[in-house]
Amino acid sequence: MVFESLADRLQNAFSNLRGKGKLNEKDVKEAMREVKLALLEADVNYKVVKDFVKTVTDRAIGEDVLKSLTPGQQVIKIVNEELTNLMGKTQSKIEYASQSPTILMMAGLQGAGKTTTCGKLGHLLKKAGKRPLLVACDIYRPAAIKQLQVVGEKLDLPVFTMGDKVSPVDIAKASIEHAKKYNNDLVILDTAGRLHIDETLMAELIDIKAAVDPKEILLVLDAMTGQDAVNVAEHFNTQLEINGVILTKLDGDTRGGAALSVRSVTGKPIKFVGMGEKLTDLEEFYPDRMASRILGMGDVLSLIEKA
Amino acid sequence: MSFFSKLKEGLNKTRKGITDKIDDLFNNYGEIDDELFDELEEILIMADVGMSTSMKLIEKLREELKVRKIKDSSEIKAVFKDVVKMILNENNNVPFAVGDEPTIIMVIGVNGVGKTTSIGKIAHSLKSEGKKVLIAAGDTFRAAAIDQLMIWGERVGVGVIHQSEGSDPAAVIFDAVQAAKARKVDVLICDTAGRLHNKVNLMNELAKVFRVIEREYPEAKKEVLLVLDATTGQNAVQQAKVFNEAAEISGIVLTKLDGTAKGGVVLAINSELNIPVKLIGVGEGIEDLQRFDAHDFVEALLN
Ligand SMILES: Nc1nc2c(ncn2[C@@H]2O[C@H](COP(=O)(O)OP(=O)(O)OP(=O)(O)O)[C@@H](O)[C@H]2O)c(=O)[nH]1
Ligand SMILES: Nc1nc2c(ncn2[C@@H]2O[C@H](COP(=O)(O)OP(=O)(O)OP(=O)(O)O)[C@@H](O)[C@H]2O)c(=O)[nH]1
Ligand SMILES: [Mg+2]
Ligand SMILES: [Mg+2]
Repeated sequence: MVFESLADRLQNAFSNLRGKGKLNEKDVKEAMREVKLALLEADVNYKVVKDFVKTVTDRAIGEDVLKSLTPGQQVIKIVNEELTNLMGKTQSKIEYASQSPTILMMAGLQGAGKTTTCGKLGHLLKKAGKRPLLVACDIYRPAAIKQLQVVGEKLDLPVFTMGDKVSPVDIAKASIEHAKKYNNDLVILDTAGRLHIDETLMAELIDIKAAVDPKEILLVLDAMTGQDAVNVAEHFNTQLEINGVILTKLDGDTRGGAALSVRSVTGKPIKFVGMGEKLTDLEEFYPDRMASRILGMGDVLSLIEKA
Repeated sequence: MSFFSKLKEGLNKTRKGITDKIDDLFNNYGEIDDELFDELEEILIMADVGMSTSMKLIEKLREELKVRKIKDSSEIKAVFKDVVKMILNENNNVPFAVGDEPTIIMVIGVNGVGKTTSIGKIAHSLKSEGKKVLIAAGDTFRAAAIDQLMIWGERVGVGVIHQSEGSDPAAVIFDAVQAAKARKVDVLICDTAGRLHNKVNLMNELAKVFRVIEREYPEAKKEVLLVLDATTGQNAVQQAKVFNEAAEISGIVLTKLDGTAKGGVVLAINSELNIPVKLIGVGEGIEDLQRFDAHDFVEALLN
């Protein structure tokens, strides 16, 4: 790796400041450059990084950081706390509708992991006592319907399809009737991947929303997404008013800065994370773990404990 | 439509973001100062160029400006373009082409980047050039991956060698190589399952497939294409590094450039790893594939 860990870099930056009393702005600035670098390397959006660094700088200047023998770790602590705050509270809950069935709709860019996540979420909620129905609203991607059927079969979940000649809006509507008839209290709509700037396809999602009024619209986002994550999230959120985000492919080695970017532009919680291709690989989201990950410090908590 | 105008169309949204900003920046500044370079750095980072490559680019730009004795910001743009082109051209960006000898193209990459779709497009493009093409369904893992590829095979009008879901990918590729020889095809394109580069067992599986190809068809020319999603941030560099260790990558296919992502990761990979970008994906349709050309790319990006 080109960069040593943020923890090492911060401690270097502070090594000559020990015992100096309160930090002034100049002292903090050097350390903040390291923080900024780490966040940018993790793909946190540039603008989000700027705001964040300002917040942390203000706080670090105000506190008695240098009284500690390990000012670097004190600053890490502040950075970690602020990052965890920004990431929101644990909210890995799905809101259920007062009237059955509860309708969930997946949305997102091409290849983000929507179809796979439909299966994973269905499986998870089935274990919690629900009777999910998966609905194939992607009529565009080659074999998208078959893919959802295979997923449903593997998990022993029913899949509703009307082929690829009926509009997704009509499929969604019909699936609700089907769910009522067959006693499915949870309907999960798989939708085709689309670009946030594709007006026709975004209008289709708006139409589905208007037709079936989903209890939750979940943006499925690839954890490896770069600076554009804010654009994507902003567009999906302003047009659809999403309820939350599911972050996929976190089993990779990406630092996952997109999580922070998306959270800060939409204010919507990250509800679950995809941790693999297997249909059981869906986990709750932990803001503190994500913070450590973005900072590139798995051991940040133990460091802080020593501080 | 010419390649250039098509590329421009595909890159239209990409261009908007980065070039408007660069134009603004250069035209509204008088004298060149540090603040200007800071703002340029911001633009590059927002385009996913990454911190180290951005710094490298700006350093080179400063050098060039000194050498050419340029003092006014309005002249920077041309110099900056040259600098970017230098990085791209340093690494022998030979365009994608299949010659007369039998060729096997392996298509690899992480999950969902656009491998299978790109294979459809590449097969279509090569077939239009008069090549005899065969496709191998080497993704035996993902649900309906084989069906998806077979639909592409039908669309393009080329055969697809496949087994059932769950079978050994190396066995599928073995079959496909034998079929390619027997049918005397010009190009065999092999699909592979998406895999994250940090999964050692999956990377080993890939290595096994490469060994089968090498053993069964040593005389064929090998082309290894890594597919990268332009929306991906700095992790793309790591992907390129690790996949390149498993098999020498001969080129990159950069997909989804029809979105708003800037694809600046190309610069990072070019400058850090010397792997040329050969093709770009600008949509989901069969024609939405372009041969990458460093000159055109930079022109389209900055003009
Ligand atoms: N490693 C890993 N792979 C995942 C995860 N979630 C999904 N995938 C893989 O990502 C690829 C794309 O997943 P899909 O579910 O087909 O994505 P999609 O959003 O439905 O794609 P489109 O319908 O084409 O837009 C597949 O290879 C999945 O197996 C995850 O959490 N980890
Ligand atoms: N907008 C856009 N979408 C693309 C492009 N290339 C592929 N896609 C879409 O991205 C999604 C994933 O494409 P696939 O070809 O299935 O990707 P893959 O890498 O084979 O995926 P796995 O086999 O699951 O790893 C599909 O919805 C494609 O239609 C592109 O250049 N632009
Ligand atoms: Mg899908
Ligand atoms: Mg595929």
